[in-house]
Amino acid sequence: MILNASGSLDALEAPEVARALDVFVTKTVTPQRREGNRPVRIAETEAGMLNSIGLENPGIDGLLDDKLPRLAELGVPLWVSVGGFAANDYAQLCAALDDRREVTAIELNLSCPNVEEAPESAAELVAAARPQTGKPLFAKLSPAATDLPATARAVQNAGADGLSLVNTIRGLALDDKTLQPRLGHELGGYSGPALKPIALAAVYQCYRATGLPIVGMGGIATGRDALDFLAAGASSIALGTVLFADPEAPGRVRRELADELAARGLSGAEDATGLAHGVKPASVA
Amino acid sequence: MRRRERLRVVANEAVGPYSLIRVERGGLEPGVPGQFFMLEAPGRLLPRPMSLCQAPPGELSFLLEAIGPGTRALAAVEPGDELHVFGPLGNGYRLDVQKPLLVGGGIGAAPFPYLSEQLGGPPAILGFRSDWHAEAAALVPNAEVVVEPTLVTEPLTDLVTDCYKVFACGPEPMLAAVRELAPDAQLAWEAPMACGYGACYGCSVEIDGVLQRLCVAGPVLEAA
Repeated sequence: MILNASGSLDALEAPEVARALDVFVTKTVTPQRREGNRPVRIAETEAGMLNSIGLENPGIDGLLDDKLPRLAELGVPLWVSVGGFAANDYAQLCAALDDRREVTAIELNLSCPNVEEAPESAAELVAAARPQTGKPLFAKLSPAATDLPATARAVQNAGADGLSLVNTIRGLALDDKTLQPRLGHELGGYSGPALKPIALAAVYQCYRATGLPIVGMGGIATGRDALDFLAAGASSIALGTVLFADPEAPGRVRRELADELAARGLSGAEDATGLAHGVKPASVA
Repeated sequence: MRRRERLRVVANEAVGPYSLIRVERGGLEPGVPGQFFMLEAPGRLLPRPMSLCQAPPGELSFLLEAIGPGTRALAAVEPGDELHVFGPLGNGYRLDVQKPLLVGGGIGAAPFPYLSEQLGGPPAILGFRSDWHAEAAALVPNAEVVVEPTLVTEPLTDLVTDCYKVFACGPEPMLAAVRELAPDAQLAWEAPMACGYGACYGCSVEIDGVLQRLCVAGPVLEAA
């Protein structure tokens, strides 16, 4: 499956792009409406880009009342990304989404680099969300965790059904002339090609540690990139920064991946998942 | 309707310090003056937003100033090179006004050749930082040119009282000054942009205390 990374596509502004995906993942929604961070919000760097959007979103009520019905009309399965500042926020958001038939799964954004982290551990946030919904919960983790496989195991034990790996990683860019931060919020989330080896390592390690279904993302721009993520252990992949430069990336990456799989005699993406591990770990055998 | 195609560069012409990049039009529509296109910047991760400068038959052209890595890469393209171009995007100027007057600062003159053509060659006031930069005024008919330290607001002050409706494009301080004199002006804003089609939420600008995604709400916004 090909998804978009949360926050890298507005399906209502670009329905043709969303329809080329297998799943559309919303921008992260929080309990209350957020206007987001002051400009400047993006900065291209030598091997990627920084963003500091700051979770701009209409709040859960705005999503449920206005956006969700319109998104459902696209005919693309929907995942809603939720984020907050305390365990209760995640619980409240999941409870609000639980009876919405338009929503296939919920992604828990446990790692936005542009807002102050919730003080609770990722596992506590998952544990708070879990009893509130029967929908599949995917935990989106930061690659910056000290011991990512341990975090992945902890969220698995707390009830996560899958992992979204990875979120952006915190970065800084300075203006050439003034040597001041280029972003209004100073620090931002780093994405793009430079993130790929970091994300691949996260997928590789967490696949071994948990055997959970993984949505792999971080610098995927080609079918070959996608194949690498599958081989490392992802069962689906998501496109983020590449969508900014190439709105036709979903169809292109899908074609390129099919060619890559065929060239290796693989009949489908599921046959590629975990190939980098040689023998598949016992937990997923 | 917006499209994305790989288009061949026909010419890259110097206009003072600026570069006029002419590409084959392919299947792209020129759109409304003030709309913009995302141009692939060779070797860079992200494309760059450029308003359409001219729309001669079979071509699209873009006037740009090389101020950073992306625009420098674009300023170095050569005839025969191919670039992905995506557009037209955003909202352009509303053309159904009596007595239009174009007011531009520096590279803000970029959309005016096409705008002027569509409006039948209205008067224009263009401000530049040097005589060299002011060579771009040759692309805009009926232009009165001022060079720093003179600002566009000097000749504008005399004209707005004559019921002219202002179409402005330029740096934010100029837009703010134009608004003071012409509260109903149509202003074309600028911001760093990653995608141009609403995906990245990166181009938000704060206008009257409200953050707006420039690529979908603008880039042309009515003052008021």
